[in-house]
Amino acid sequence: MIPAGSLLVAEGLRKTYGPTTALDDAGFSIHAGETVAVMGPSGSGKSTLLHCLAGIVTPDAGTIHFDGRELSAMSDAERSALRRSEFGFIFQFGQLVPELTCVENVALPLRLTGTKRKDAERRALGWLERLEVDDVAAKRPGEVSGGQGQRVAVARSLVTGPRVVFADEPTGALDSLNGERVMQLLTEAARSANAAVVLVTHEARVAAYSDREIVVRDGRSRDMEHAV
Amino acid sequence: MSIGHTLLGLLESGPRHGYDLKRAFDEKFGHDKPLHYGQVYSTMSRLLKNGLVEVDGIEAGDGPERKRYAITEAGITDVGRWLASPEKPEPYLTSTLYTKVVLALLTGRDAGDLLDVQRAEHLRMMRALTERKRKGDLADQLICDHALFHLEADLRWLELTTARLGQLAKAVNA
Amino acid sequence: MNNPRTWTRDLGLGMRFAVTGGREAWVRTALTAIGVGLGVCLLLVTTAIPSALSSRDARGDARNDTRFAEKVMPAADDTLVVSAVDTEYRDKNIRGRLVAPDGPKAPLPPGVSAYPKPGEMVVSPALAELLESDDGKLLADRLPDRQVGTISDTGLIGPGELAYYAGAEKLEPTGYPTERIDHFGPAQPGQDEFDPVIVLLTLLVFVVLLMPVGVFIAAAVRFGGERRDRRLAALRLIGADSRMTRRIAAGESLAGSLLGLVLGTGFFLITRAAAADIEVVDVSVFPADLDPSPALALLVGIAVPASAVAVTLFALRSVVIEPLGVVRTAKQPRRKLWWRLLLPLGGLALLYPMIGQGRDGGRFNEWLVTGGVVLLLVGITALLPWLVEAVVARLGRGSLSWQLAVRRMQLSSGTAARMVNGIAVAVAGAIALQMMFAGVEGDYTNPTGQDTSRAHMEVHVPDSERAEQQARETRSRLQQTRGVTKVSEPLMTASVAERPKDADSNALAHIGSCNALREIAKLPSCKDGDVFVIPRSKDYGDDTEAARLAKPGKRLYVDPMNNRFHGKNPAWELPAKIREVTPRKSPDGYLNTGLLATTGAVPADGLPIRSGAIWVNTDGSDPDVTERVRNAGAAASPLTEVYVYAADEETERFASLRTGLYVGAVAVLALIGASLLVSQLEQLRERRKLLSSLVAFGTRKRTLSLSVLWQTALPVALGLTLATVVGITLGSVLLKMVSRPISPDWTSVGAMTAAGAAVVLVVTALSLPPLIRLMRPDGLRTE
Repeated sequence: MIPAGSLLVAEGLRKTYGPTTALDDAGFSIHAGETVAVMGPSGSGKSTLLHCLAGIVTPDAGTIHFDGRELSAMSDAERSALRRSEFGFIFQFGQLVPELTCVENVALPLRLTGTKRKDAERRALGWLERLEVDDVAAKRPGEVSGGQGQRVAVARSLVTGPRVVFADEPTGALDSLNGERVMQLLTEAARSANAAVVLVTHEARVAAYSDREIVVRDGRSRDMEHAV
Repeated sequence: MSIGHTLLGLLESGPRHGYDLKRAFDEKFGHDKPLHYGQVYSTMSRLLKNGLVEVDGIEAGDGPERKRYAITEAGITDVGRWLASPEKPEPYLTSTLYTKVVLALLTGRDAGDLLDVQRAEHLRMMRALTERKRKGDLADQLICDHALFHLEADLRWLELTTARLGQLAKAVNA
Repeated sequence: MNNPRTWTRDLGLGMRFAVTGGREAWVRTALTAIGVGLGVCLLLVTTAIPSALSSRDARGDARNDTRFAEKVMPAADDTLVVSAVDTEYRDKNIRGRLVAPDGPKAPLPPGVSAYPKPGEMVVSPALAELLESDDGKLLADRLPDRQVGTISDTGLIGPGELAYYAGAEKLEPTGYPTERIDHFGPAQPGQDEFDPVIVLLTLLVFVVLLMPVGVFIAAAVRFGGERRDRRLAALRLIGADSRMTRRIAAGESLAGSLLGLVLGTGFFLITRAAAADIEVVDVSVFPADLDPSPALALLVGIAVPASAVAVTLFALRSVVIEPLGVVRTAKQPRRKLWWRLLLPLGGLALLYPMIGQGRDGGRFNEWLVTGGVVLLLVGITALLPWLVEAVVARLGRGSLSWQLAVRRMQLSSGTAARMVNGIAVAVAGAIALQMMFAGVEGDYTNPTGQDTSRAHMEVHVPDSERAEQQARETRSRLQQTRGVTKVSEPLMTASVAERPKDADSNALAHIGSCNALREIAKLPSCKDGDVFVIPRSKDYGDDTEAARLAKPGKRLYVDPMNNRFHGKNPAWELPAKIREVTPRKSPDGYLNTGLLATTGAVPADGLPIRSGAIWVNTDGSDPDVTERVRNAGAAASPLTEVYVYAADEETERFASLRTGLYVGAVAVLALIGASLLVSQLEQLRERRKLLSSLVAFGTRKRTLSLSVLWQTALPVALGLTLATVVGITLGSVLLKMVSRPISPDWTSVGAMTAAGAAVVLVVTALSLPPLIRLMRPDGLRTE
């Protein structure tokens, strides 16, 4: 069932928050450079699956392997280091540090890995150019539009050259035109950088930018590749 | 769409040969399926009969058809009327899918599976359209978007039905 | 639209929001109320202190029994003899009186219902408790009389006071400490005038402690302000105009501060009830005495809510509440310096005319002093925002945590400055005062001259005819006392004159063994029977009487002043040879003069010698040895006095001022630390989502914790710097005022800075657990 050669594989994930079961025997796999959409109704456990895959949350049961390494066997510090260097993140909103300028926000993950400030900001500016928002580099997040802010977030998720980008409803707060543009830029940039994208969304048109989708219902996942 | 009205509309900018008309149509609207020559001529002769176009001239030559068509006053009025009248929104009340789902429930087949298969199929189509949109020009994008929005609507219906299968099963089997 | 009715309506609306706005509004109101309540409590205590002190004084006057009368009153039905036998026990003073009524109509001291018979005593409740406790065992040995009653509150100046009246068989009123009196009460109404410098210092301590409380109250009414602004935005959406929203906001603060007044009164009542158990520098206060003066209490009651409204309106002046959110006028104009400088300069201008007026009868205008100091200190709160803005705008380089902190402060430097205003004011005031203390310390800390290398204690055998016998008894008791390493031979002292009755020309005679005499004189040689004279010393100058009397063969009479022997005074004939010697500093630090006689040189039956001193060395590692020495002395005679030698001593009033300042400054810093913590937590809660996403992409907890630390540390560092500058300036001016040389007291600068830094660390440490909790991924969950 799990394709060989996957970059990130999860099996038998279970996670409960108090009385609510968020994941109940969920599985997942993704290849290098692949974009997989995770769909499903609200509260189905999509976000929890993403948090588990990214090592933000530890599942109650099940295994997650990234590039042959078992995530749940790692310490918090190791997983943080992994997130810094191998993963990128985009959320719906509230992710840009309001007091930093856009270019500083993009440079942030680089600085976390110890890159010198000047160097980090030069590379950040390059990414802002690729995402066509270099004009807002010196502005603060409060001064740019929602679409621009999300593109800054995309730039930030890719700046470290991650192998997996986790995007949780990246267009959730945008209108369809801006949303489409963000998705186009994200998938193109990810493809050219050979980064895999785990895309949590409830919008089919956003999911259509993926190569493949899985559906999460009541904490269980279903790979739609095998539905047909 | 009404091919007759579309061709008529193309003639409004000036008289054209049948061949020109076909080419203009293909270029602008016929992305998926080019018009058949025969279709053009039969449509033109019907329009001719109704007095909406007239023959502007016949060129000498050895081709099969060298007629040049021009739009008449009545034709222009007709195009105007067509453009002005809204398309009837389609309610899709009796869709094939619905029939299939109900039948599956009645016969004890897995309706959820059926819906998921359909869902995967829809998304595959949407993915193809998105890919085309990515490579195409503005016209491509607009046309693909139209289709995508429709498919998305279907997909929402599929999701909703999946969520309500239990309810539906009760109602159908009652 | 700006009439009283709309004001009342909007303020009322705001007050209703404050209590009915759900959990969040409640938390906010409660925080404000607690903050204001603490401040109000402190203010009320302050307003009550003057009345508390005057009640103490009044009761102290009413039981006064010392007259220092020259003539002894004749005994009568309505007189008594009272002897002051105060003692000390482990740094605590005990007021002790021996009483012997002369007749049945003798007046009773306040708080005592019947005289104790000999062998009985009445004690204060605190003393009764101490005597019963394990801690008081040694004291019980000293005061063995049977307890037959307690002294009620009217006879005590404070609930913690240690006092007793013990019955005595017969007391001879020979003048203080044993006198005959016919009533208790003030001997003469003369009150000692307060030293103007002490008045100045007291005034400053109050100003310096109350200023930060004001700043704290101002900060407290702003707790939760950002959330409130968002709520107000919602009101704008449904049609409130901007003036209305401001009034509503003011109403919310008003509710919090009114609640704070109630809480503060409650806190005050609790403090008041607890006052009996609280003892600051040996001073405790009866709850009933802690009565705020009505005028001042009313002032607090009006000023606090009024300033809450004023502060809120002032704070909202740069905030535009739009229907769709709050705009803090983003690009605020750079803060201007000039008007901010006016305040401290104005303060200096007020203080300037008083420079050099200190001491020597000089008086300070209390209003000018208070005004000047207040302006200088308020100047800090005006200057600090400018300073923080100016400095923070120039920062930038550094680690990521540093960058996060700096950028945040660039965005809202006002918040940062506001947080530390209180600390800065408190520290500046404290530094100035400590400087002042250090500067005038020379005046008030007296080097005693006592030589602790020669003796640790002096046991003084009181004036009496039995003194010599008592001295011997005391000495043998001391030699048997555990922890005593060396006991000197007694040195007795009597006054002598040519005639049996001569109050005007007499000299002192020191009598003892050669060893005893060597404690006060340099004797080249000495054998029993020798007599010496010290005709002059640096401390007493020329002792002409001693020189005149020190003639070979001269006949001298003892105790010429009191006429107790009715002309039949014991006589003493001086030997043929009297040698002149030079004095040696005695262990109590003085260079004495007078006649010196070995015991063999005085008549064998002994002179009825009047008093004596025994010097004692003790084992310093034994904490109870002092008490045992006192017990040994008291066992020989209740009038025995024991002095513990120390290299120097501060005047008591000064010491308590200094302690008061330390205690107050620490309390104020703790209060401000609490408000810092509250605003820090509030800020963190608001950034919950952001923190979670930062953690998601791998930000180390250390980085975020450090940035929280910088965010507190940076403004505090700036605040402390400014506080040091202002504090040293103020201190210099104050020292100039009392004409003292200026020298910054770096120890206290260091101490106060350290205290400020400690507040930062504690606040950061306390905000770390919630920070770490907020960094959990739960914050990412949107469902």
